[in-house]
Amino acid sequence: MYNAKYIVPGIVVFLILATLPFWWSSIFVAGYDSPELALPADKDQCIESAEFMKANHMQILDEWRDQVVRDGERLYTATDGKIWEMSLQNTCMDCHSNKEEFCDKCHDTTSVSPYCWECHLAPRGNEQ
Amino acid sequence: MSKTRRDFLKIAGMSALGLGCSALPAAAADPGHAPRKAAQGPAPGTLPDNALTATHWAMVIFTRRIKGPEHFDHIINACHQYHNVPEIPGHKDEIKWIWTDSFNHTFPEKETHFLAQDLEMMDFLLLCNHCENPPCVRVCPTKATFQRDHDGIVIMDMHRCIGCRFCMAACPYGARSFNFANPRPYIDGAKLNPDYPTRMRGVVEKCNFCAERLAKGQMPACVEASEGAMLFGDLDDPNSEVRKALRENFSIRRKTTLGTQPSVYYII
Repeated sequence: MYNAKYIVPGIVVFLILATLPFWWSSIFVAGYDSPELALPADKDQCIESAEFMKANHMQILDEWRDQVVRDGERLYTATDGKIWEMSLQNTCMDCHSNKEEFCDKCHDTTSVSPYCWECHLAPRGNEQ
Repeated sequence: MSKTRRDFLKIAGMSALGLGCSALPAAAADPGHAPRKAAQGPAPGTLPDNALTATHWAMVIFTRRIKGPEHFDHIINACHQYHNVPEIPGHKDEIKWIWTDSFNHTFPEKETHFLAQDLEMMDFLLLCNHCENPPCVRVCPTKATFQRDHDGIVIMDMHRCIGCRFCMAACPYGARSFNFANPRPYIDGAKLNPDYPTRMRGVVEKCNFCAERLAKGQMPACVEASEGAMLFGDLDDPNSEVRKALRENFSIRRKTTLGTQPSVYYII
């Protein structure tokens, strides 16, 4: 091949660089560990199952805010028939009163920064 | 077998049609993003039993039942503390949901050269008029401010406000305030009401006729604090307190010639 002594090393360097993100993380970066979250001590059941909440809490909160603000609907009937007020600040944070150890821990680990707390008040316990 | 361009286009067209048709039922079956119903009021079972409902909320202010500046302060504080309205010094950055002004500023259309002396000296409570024909709603590009079809309250959706302030320019009553800075440092931490959120920098805010209190079965905070000087009720109900008060007293509204049809009535 014409100029093979330049082209072949060039291709090798290119391949190494192009695939760098894939093998670098598997060799040098520790795997993702689910953070240990502080769960409410006195409650063993959220409004829905824990798996559902892990996967869907953001959709629920998004739907809630539209239902409350735009449709004037205030109550959520859970799958088990229990009725809850649709409120991040007054329902969710009543049980999950430890924002740092619950919300923030997971959001920080996954580099998600929702701006809920610019308006909504974190529970009193964490303010001081 | 040779293919002509005409054949190829025929087959491509039929295939595209088939693909489109097969995708249709899937899109229709997706429950997550079905278009919401037109706002004909909250669905049954989504409001507490004791919630106050009406088809047109309105307020009547008995201006002469207000007993001086302390009474005004009491009413204004009740609203501002409940809704975590910040106290920002300086007129430009001020945030207000309910405030006072003189007769000539409140009712510029009713201005006269020789106003009765007591009216000249009197202050009037001002708040968002929750117009039947709200100009703020018409100009809002994101529909962050909107009128609830089922009870006529003009409300702000803080999640959607982009802070363009068209609504402030459109409101003829100056009822809207803009958060030029983060309001949190201007709210006394000890007085923060945990039931209601604060706002963030860059959004417009205003009185919401205490929509969140009505849903809990409570009267608006200002009405509760006014000790009878303010009435709140359903304008569409001929037997309501507000209609009774309007039937028995002479009342005026602010800037009626603009055609916005305010829902706040002043009994002079």
